Amino acid sequence: MKADPKGVLTGVHFMDGDHAACEGAIAAGCRFAAGYPITPSTEVVERFAARIPKVGGVFIQMEDEIASSIAIQGAAWAGKKVMSVTSGPGLSLMMEHIGFAVWTETPSVWVDVQRCGPSTGLPTQPAQQDMQQIKWGSHGDYEIIALSPNSPQECFDLMITAFNLSETYRCPVFFMMDEVVGHMTERVEIPPADKIEVTPRKYTNKKPSEFTLYATTQDDLAPEMIKAGDGYKIHTTGLTHDDRGYPVMTAAAQKKMMDRLIEKIRRNLHKLVDVRMDNCDGADIVVVSYGITSRIAQAAIDEARAKGLKVGHARLVICWPFPESLFREMASKIKAFVFPELNMGQMVRELDRAVSGKARIIPVPHAGGTVHEPEIILNAILEAVR
Amino acid sequence: MTTMTTCGEYKDLDIQNPVFKVLRRERIPHIWCPGCGIGTSLNCFARALAGCGLNLDKVAVVSGIGCTGRVAGYLNLDSFHTTHGRAIPFATGLKLGNPELNVVVYSGDGDLFAIGGNHFFHAARRNMDLLVVCVNNYTYGMTGGQVAPTTPLGPTQTTMPYGNFEPSFNLPFVADACGATYVARWTIYHVRQLAKAMEEGLLKKGLRFIEVLCPCPTLYSRRNKLGDGVDQVKYYKEKSVIKHGADTKEAQLTFQGEIIVGKFVDRERPTWLESMNKHLCAALGDSYAPYGS
Repeated sequence: MKADPKGVLTGVHFMDGDHAACEGAIAAGCRFAAGYPITPSTEVVERFAARIPKVGGVFIQMEDEIASSIAIQGAAWAGKKVMSVTSGPGLSLMMEHIGFAVWTETPSVWVDVQRCGPSTGLPTQPAQQDMQQIKWGSHGDYEIIALSPNSPQECFDLMITAFNLSETYRCPVFFMMDEVVGHMTERVEIPPADKIEVTPRKYTNKKPSEFTLYATTQDDLAPEMIKAGDGYKIHTTGLTHDDRGYPVMTAAAQKKMMDRLIEKIRRNLHKLVDVRMDNCDGADIVVVSYGITSRIAQAAIDEARAKGLKVGHARLVICWPFPESLFREMASKIKAFVFPELNMGQMVRELDRAVSGKARIIPVPHAGGTVHEPEIILNAILEAVR
Repeated sequence: MTTMTTCGEYKDLDIQNPVFKVLRRERIPHIWCPGCGIGTSLNCFARALAGCGLNLDKVAVVSGIGCTGRVAGYLNLDSFHTTHGRAIPFATGLKLGNPELNVVVYSGDGDLFAIGGNHFFHAARRNMDLLVVCVNNYTYGMTGGQVAPTTPLGPTQTTMPYGNFEPSFNLPFVADACGATYVARWTIYHVRQLAKAMEEGLLKKGLRFIEVLCPCPTLYSRRNKLGDGVDQVKYYKEKSVIKHGADTKEAQLTFQGEIIVGKFVDRERPTWLESMNKHLCAALGDSYAPYGS
């Protein structure tokens, strides 16, 4: 369906990534957000608090990030599209509720404007250090989806994708920004509402007596949803449960749930690939990147190409699930990958697993606090062709 | 011939227990121990639900983790068994997400006042429109009887093996101080008063708080040689003093000492949503449509 025009600020704006992310969320139909102040993410909820009363929705500043990350889930079950917004230390506090959203299949968008850690770290400076935490930080096994924008325009555009994916797959979707993308001001074009495709919640048409909360079909492993107050009298729990949502404390029930929830994402891996490829066919070297680092990498790639090198660029827009098969196939056609990240080597572990020794991988780690110097990435490219 | 099923249902009679319609009877028997009072509190709550006249499609219950956390699973309402300590913020989102819901938080003392204490303080400060029922059995039952923020001075708990030396919370005083619009305490001996308080709580606005004292015979009573569940109910009967309107400061519990019960607070304050709507109408004028109306 099309976006509700009431929430869409159609036009050309000069706006930073945090504000654009907020506009993307509202355009996508987000009508409830909960947050707690934390740099460099706060501007997202500040804008939401100012905008949402005029659109029709609620913002509440909760007492901490633990509360924010569960309040959104209450609101989701009450029928709202929801997001919570945070950065490093706040994300750490939210870990348990990632698991709750996964296990209860609560559609929700989690915005992380990344800063340097560990601990309080460098609160006002960029990093990409939370990329593995979102995948593994909650206890237990689970699959999530994560997107990484590299500009304010993408903060708007991809936020709509994030909300749509959370409705389709009924899982937490992470929006992995960083301080630079969050605070960078650029041209942002917001299209008319009728040009914005939003995925509605998959409400059931069944009567309460015919409805089973977590019943799925072979074709679609994401169940239909209801909203509290419509007479379905559902029960859900963070305990392992059956199709009715009732607790079942057996290994068999655990296996059934786990298999479906993992399969819900893994079966659709091919639909969840968004890698922006630039001259990867015929390249000797492919630079892999995401988020702000992709823009620094582009400068290094341009310089390498000027030296006559055949360098491709593969930018991850969807980081989780990691597009393993794409890189596995690419590995046999190239000499080496170069992977700069604003961390000490996080997503490169996934690349390493996918490539499995078929091509050389040169990680370009960074402790954070600023972005890479393009020369460092260029040197890695030059080392790769040697 | 009339036969009774295991759930107490008379098969051939028209008379049915009024609580049947509000329980998920397919989930009975429940998990609680013999002599535990949580089931009694649930029975009172079921009676309150059945008698309150509310459209039960619009009543939702949220629990945290622990023995009382299982209450949500037995009620035939929209019901949510959430994470440890976080029932109140989940319920806050649920209420704000759909303001026509009447949202009840039903959980234990450790869940609501140790790990979840901060959320209670803020929900009461905001006057979030929630009924909070706290079953206080002075201990962590599900994990085997550890000291709780409500354990009185003296009794032994597994993590206070030589007796508890930490002062405990006086929950009605905490709720009163944080701004709750309704504060009551009853024990599971006082089933009529408790059911009535729950009904009053369901029909009132703002953050309403009911403390329910409840025996844990398996852990707390056994370790402290207090007898079984019936002995604790006798204690409640003998040592409870009904003092409606009592100053909540005076309601501190002590080990096997006097218990002040009753309705302590019943006042009006604008709820969070009422305050937001009123304020934004004034601040934004026509560009604001009151939320949830």
